[in-house]
Amino acid sequence: MFDFSVITGWVDRMLRSFLPEEATVLVEFVMIGVAILLGYAVIALVLIYTERRVCAFFQCRVGPNRVGPWGLTQSFADMIKMLTKELITINNVDRFLFNLAPFIVIIASVISFSCLPFAKGLELIDFNVGAFFVMAVSSMGIVGILLAGWSSNNKYSLIGAMRSGAQMISYELSIGMSILTIIVFTDTAQLSLIVANQADGWFIFKGHVPAFIAFMIYLIAGTAETNRGPFDLPEADSELTAGYHTEYSGMHFGFFYLAEYLNMFIVAGMATTLFLGGWMPLYIPGWDGFNRAMDFIPSLFWFLGKTGVLIFIMMWFKWTFPRLRIDQLLTLEWKYLLPINLVNMFVMVMVVVFEWHW
Amino acid sequence: MELVVFCILAAAIVVFSVLTVTTQRILRSATYLLFVLFATAGIYFELNYAFLGAVQLTVYAGGIIVLYVFSILLTSPDGDKLATKLPKSKFFAGLVAAVAGAVLCIFITLSHTFPVTHFTPGELGMKQIGFALLGTEKYQYMLPFEAISVLLLACIIGGIMIARKRG
Repeated sequence: MFDFSVITGWVDRMLRSFLPEEATVLVEFVMIGVAILLGYAVIALVLIYTERRVCAFFQCRVGPNRVGPWGLTQSFADMIKMLTKELITINNVDRFLFNLAPFIVIIASVISFSCLPFAKGLELIDFNVGAFFVMAVSSMGIVGILLAGWSSNNKYSLIGAMRSGAQMISYELSIGMSILTIIVFTDTAQLSLIVANQADGWFIFKGHVPAFIAFMIYLIAGTAETNRGPFDLPEADSELTAGYHTEYSGMHFGFFYLAEYLNMFIVAGMATTLFLGGWMPLYIPGWDGFNRAMDFIPSLFWFLGKTGVLIFIMMWFKWTFPRLRIDQLLTLEWKYLLPINLVNMFVMVMVVVFEWHW
Repeated sequence: MELVVFCILAAAIVVFSVLTVTTQRILRSATYLLFVLFATAGIYFELNYAFLGAVQLTVYAGGIIVLYVFSILLTSPDGDKLATKLPKSKFFAGLVAAVAGAVLCIFITLSHTFPVTHFTPGELGMKQIGFALLGTEKYQYMLPFEAISVLLLACIIGGIMIARKRG
C-alpha cells in the first residue's frame, strides 16, 4: 500500500538541503496551511454540489444541471458569486463581535478537519490525546454561533443561536460517550494508532454489539451536532428564516455555509476513523486473493469512499425525516441516547475486562 | 522559534486580560476572556502537554465560556448594558486587592527558584495521566478526584432544588 510519508519526507529533505532548520519549518507550516485550506475549500464545494443533486433526486427534481456538464461547476460559480458580494454592515450591532463570529466557527472547523488521518502517512495533527482534541476543538464552534446570533440584533437569529447552543451542548455528550466507548476498546486515543489497531478488522466488526450501538448513536448525535435535518431547528427556514446567520452576507455567510458542510465531513470522517477502519482496506480473514486486490486501492480513496457513504446516509436522513420539535430533540438526547450510551459503555468495559472479544 | 511563539502568546494573554476588565460591554468581556483562555491553551501545547491543552479548550472555551454567554443572553435581554460607574469605596477596595495580589505574585515568582530538573521534555502519555489521576499511591490523585466528584454531585442536586422550587 502506498505510503504518503514518502512524498512528505521527500519534500522535507529537499527543503532541508538548501534551507536552514528554522526556515524549513516555517516554509513547511505555510505549505501545510495552504494544502489544508485548499482541501477544505474543494471538499466543501464538492459537498455542496452533492447535497444539491442528492436533495433534488430525493424530491424527484433534476437539480443544478446548466453550468458545465451535469452542473458540475455550479458550486464554483456560486463560490465566485459569494466572494464578490458586498459585506453589508448592519446598524445597531456590535460590529466587532458580529465580524468575529464567523471566524471562530470556521477556525474551529478547520482545526478539527486537520486532525483527521486522511491516508497512510497523511496525518497532520496527531497528539496522543487526538480523539479528545478533536472533541475539544469542535466544541469551540458553539461560541461563534452564540455570538453570531446575539450580535445580529435580530430575535430570529437569537432564537436560532439559543436552540443551536442547547442542541450542540446536549449532543456533544453523546458524541463524547460513543468516542469513549471506542477508546475503552482500543486502549488509545491517538487517531493514527486507532486506525492502526483496525488492521485486522474494523471496530464495527471487532467490537461486537457495543461498538455497533456506539456507531449508531454517533451517527445520530453527529447529525444533530452539525445542525442538519432532521435536527435543523437552529436554522429552521420556515420558522426562523435562516436562524443564526440570517443577517450575514457575502463571504461571512459563506464561512458559516462552508463550516456547516465541512462539519458534516468531519463527523463522517471521525466515524470512519473510529468505527470503519479509517484508511484501512476491507480485509476478510482467509480470502488472501481478495485482500491483496483490496490493497491496490489507494488508502486515500478508502478514507474518502467510506466518508462519502456516511455523508450520503446523513443526507438521506435530512431529506427523509421531518424536523423535530425542540422538546422532542432534548427528550431524545437526555432520556434515550444518554442512558443507552452509559449502559453501552458499561457493556464495552465488561467486554474488555472479561476479554469477550477476539 | 519557541521564544517567538511564547512571546506572542504572552502578549495576547496580557492584552486580552486587560481588555476583559476594561471593556464596557459584558459580552465583549466574555469574548476577550475566551481569547485569554485560548492563549493559555496555546502555552500548554507549546509545553507539549497536549492533554491539559485539550482540557483547557473543552472545559473553559467549550464549557465555561458557552455557559457565560448563555447566562448573559438569558438574564439580560439586551446583553450589552453599559456598566454603571463604580462607587469610590469599591474602586479603592479593588485597587487594594489588585496591588496585594500583584505583590504576592511578584514575591513568589522572585523568591522561587524554579528547578528545571523535574521537567521531562516530550509528550506525556495519556495512560500515565490516567494512572496518576486514579491511583491511590503517593503522588496519585484518587482522593481529590473523588472529593471533587462528590462536590459536583452536590452542586447538581443543589441546582435542581433551586430550579424546581416553584413547582
